[in-house]
Amino acid sequence: MKLDPKVPTGPIEKRWSQHKFDMKLVNPANRRKYTVIIVGTGLAGSSAAASLAELGFNVESFSFHESPRRAHSIAAQGGINAAKNYVNDGDSVWRLFHDTVKGGDYRARESNVYRLAEVSGNIIDQCVAQGVPFAREYGGSLDTRSFGGAQLSRTFYARGQTGQQLLLGAYSALSRNIHNGGVTFHGRKEMVDLIVVDGRARGIVVRDLVTGELSTHLANAVILATGGYSNVFYLSTNALACNTSAIMKAWRKGAYLANPCYTQIHPTCIPVAGDYQSKLTLMSESLRNDGRVWVPKKKGDSRNPAQIPEEERDYYLERLYPSFGNLVPRDVASRRAKEICDKGLGVGKTGLSVYLDFADAINRNGEEWMAEKYGNLMDMYHEITDEDPYKQPMRIYPALHYTMGGLWVDYHLQSTIPGLFVAGEANFSDHGANRLGASALMQGLADGYFVLPYTVSDYLAGTKFEAVKADAPEVAGASKDAKAGIDKLMGVNGKTPADIFHRRLGHVMWEKVGMAREKKGLEEAIGEIKNIRKDFWKDLKVSGSPDDLNMEIERAARVADFIDLGELLATDALHREESCGGHFRVEHQTDEGETKRDDQNFAYAAAWQYSGEGQAPVLNKDELTFEYDIPSSRSYK
Amino acid sequence: MDFKLKVWRQKNRDDKGHFEDYTAKGISEAASVLEMLDVVNRELVAAGKDPIAFDHDCREGICGSCGLVINGGVHGPFEHNTTCELRMRRFSDGDTIVLEPFRARPFPIIKDLVVDRSAFDRIMQAGGYVTVKTGQAPEANGIAVPKKIADEAMDAAQCVGCGACAATCPNGSAMLFVAAKVSQLALLPQGKAERKERALAMVAQMDKEGFGSCSNTYACEAKCPKGVSVTHIARLNREYLRAGFGSK
Repeated sequence: MKLDPKVPTGPIEKRWSQHKFDMKLVNPANRRKYTVIIVGTGLAGSSAAASLAELGFNVESFSFHESPRRAHSIAAQGGINAAKNYVNDGDSVWRLFHDTVKGGDYRARESNVYRLAEVSGNIIDQCVAQGVPFAREYGGSLDTRSFGGAQLSRTFYARGQTGQQLLLGAYSALSRNIHNGGVTFHGRKEMVDLIVVDGRARGIVVRDLVTGELSTHLANAVILATGGYSNVFYLSTNALACNTSAIMKAWRKGAYLANPCYTQIHPTCIPVAGDYQSKLTLMSESLRNDGRVWVPKKKGDSRNPAQIPEEERDYYLERLYPSFGNLVPRDVASRRAKEICDKGLGVGKTGLSVYLDFADAINRNGEEWMAEKYGNLMDMYHEITDEDPYKQPMRIYPALHYTMGGLWVDYHLQSTIPGLFVAGEANFSDHGANRLGASALMQGLADGYFVLPYTVSDYLAGTKFEAVKADAPEVAGASKDAKAGIDKLMGVNGKTPADIFHRRLGHVMWEKVGMAREKKGLEEAIGEIKNIRKDFWKDLKVSGSPDDLNMEIERAARVADFIDLGELLATDALHREESCGGHFRVEHQTDEGETKRDDQNFAYAAAWQYSGEGQAPVLNKDELTFEYDIPSSRSYK
Repeated sequence: MDFKLKVWRQKNRDDKGHFEDYTAKGISEAASVLEMLDVVNRELVAAGKDPIAFDHDCREGICGSCGLVINGGVHGPFEHNTTCELRMRRFSDGDTIVLEPFRARPFPIIKDLVVDRSAFDRIMQAGGYVTVKTGQAPEANGIAVPKKIADEAMDAAQCVGCGACAATCPNGSAMLFVAAKVSQLALLPQGKAERKERALAMVAQMDKEGFGSCSNTYACEAKCPKGVSVTHIARLNREYLRAGFGSK
């Protein structure tokens, strides 16, 4: 199938406004006749639900959590970017656009990125109007800070809890619309299949996580805002329930999955300490504003870090990248940390960590100042590691954090299944091969507040809908498949809990499909994943009953999808014979160890098409053209 | 480290429930209480037994999903942490640890350690927002908020909605939860237009859900993972009185 990204033409700065005018509208009196299902209540899902309900559409919102406010957006720490130029440091929509395209290593669609930059300012306005308590200057104006990959200060924040405050803002808008009857919220309901009728997305099948009951829900359009798939690596900074199942169900129903190999490894996480760990904890990138990354120059220097004199320290990011220093983008900082540790220069018991040192900032401004800016992060670190970061440097190491890949969408955020829209981290659209810090919150809210309300309206206005009966074969079939899926998991009746398979999968992914990938390792990984799948379906043990609150069924179903996604991710990484952003192929690097893109052969988004159980997926190419930001070698020196 | 566990097991809402004994062996002192339960559950599943159900998600103290009564204390015997943040090094090797669900009338038990806290969502739906539609909101810097006020609003806004305040209150009152939102929005200029309706509607919904009254024991502040201060309850009381007397 030829992919049509439906990108408007004309000067890029006029495309979105012209397109908004060109799109069709639904008469206000007719809007309540349309139902839109939204799966997920993070920033993208909540903001889309509230905004579509305000327009008058009938919205059905689903979450596997009890409350919409538990979605994982809540855990985002550092901030949200916007091209406001409040501090007169030369910011503009153009510059945010440029930084994002370059930060993504020229693997994102220019028109989408420009639109994102264009609406960024409105997002801040919207959130402030909702009562989001952003950090302020003494005079009452909004404060900003810097993030990686940018040489200016455009990141708005609410202490170290920006995601929480933005999500609570969107949640408040959602709550108001639930109160007004525009949104019906279904908590503790997990989507287990997508219903496609006559080629259009027309509903979902959900499992009630308390009673185990399956039910079907029909609509005129479905929006998936179900987040990313970092947990395919088992250990990541994601919450434990984050999973890939919704997008994998859509994939198997015909939605293409793009660039799954673009995964982001965040440089500043608390290092792995042992097998007991269920997750890794992020220390916000904002800490790199005031922290300096270093390791001892001498191998095996086990002195207390405070006793290592300046001249015996290697501030390697400042040395290698004098202009961006500690604020290089995430992929660069992560790769350099791995390289330093691989050379045996890492610190801590395992040798798998580097210092992030705040001594200079504390000496300059005092502990109180530090606590005000980063108090919750400092406390969290202290509690987890039993080490006081005010007194000694933090130890950090990269960990899986975000996935740029996701379901392929066009300019309308519509997938290859008409009527199926995808928002936030679940789609692949705006970040290319690497996302800049503080851009995830921006994208989630841009999609939900300012893009979907227009594009979903256009779809509904332009489509003639036939009524779907609850007993139509596609509906009953999806429901039957969902039941069979659960029976299959229960029926294996082996000996090993799902968690153990997940761990095995995560180990393969991290070792061979992680920060540095090469052909041989990727081929091995694909073989090992196939084995894990075989063992899973032979030896899985799910205890308890399917007609009950049973977290083992939930987990087993998610792990089954992670295994399939893991294989697809490795396949994508193997096919992409270049390095770009978070995808680093050892075979393709410059003499200085930077990513070496191949724009001749790989300037496209790889959109993978499902072709049946056990069949190799089919590659479709969405060619990328750069009219405004001409790809160059990405330098942060 | 090794522990003896007494865990509340309850099949469903109607079951009476009972304690069961388990042992947790070889637990790392850096593991959290929930990571210890993961180990116990892995063994239960492998043995074909029903694992212990408990709510959890982010495991870094921000999503508000987790919440256990541990040795009689909400989120454990210490102050200002969530259950997922409580590490085993705070206990001694060989300790007996008692795990129960949050107990408050408006939080019915769903299964084992999982409770239904949707009452909090309904309180928010009653008025915990500023009525503003998506669209062309005024320029963000057009609304000046002095730093001191913004900071105080943020102190209140940090509430993670875990329910510890109500679970620890001898009266089962949700005043700290309601106060956190009312206070945040009363402090900010954006929230002032609806302050009267908000205070009345949220308090009315709180009462309707069956939460008790506040008698100033301050237990809520002590156990709040974010240390939200009871001074916000004082502000809620002022907001409520002011709304009741019809002044603006």
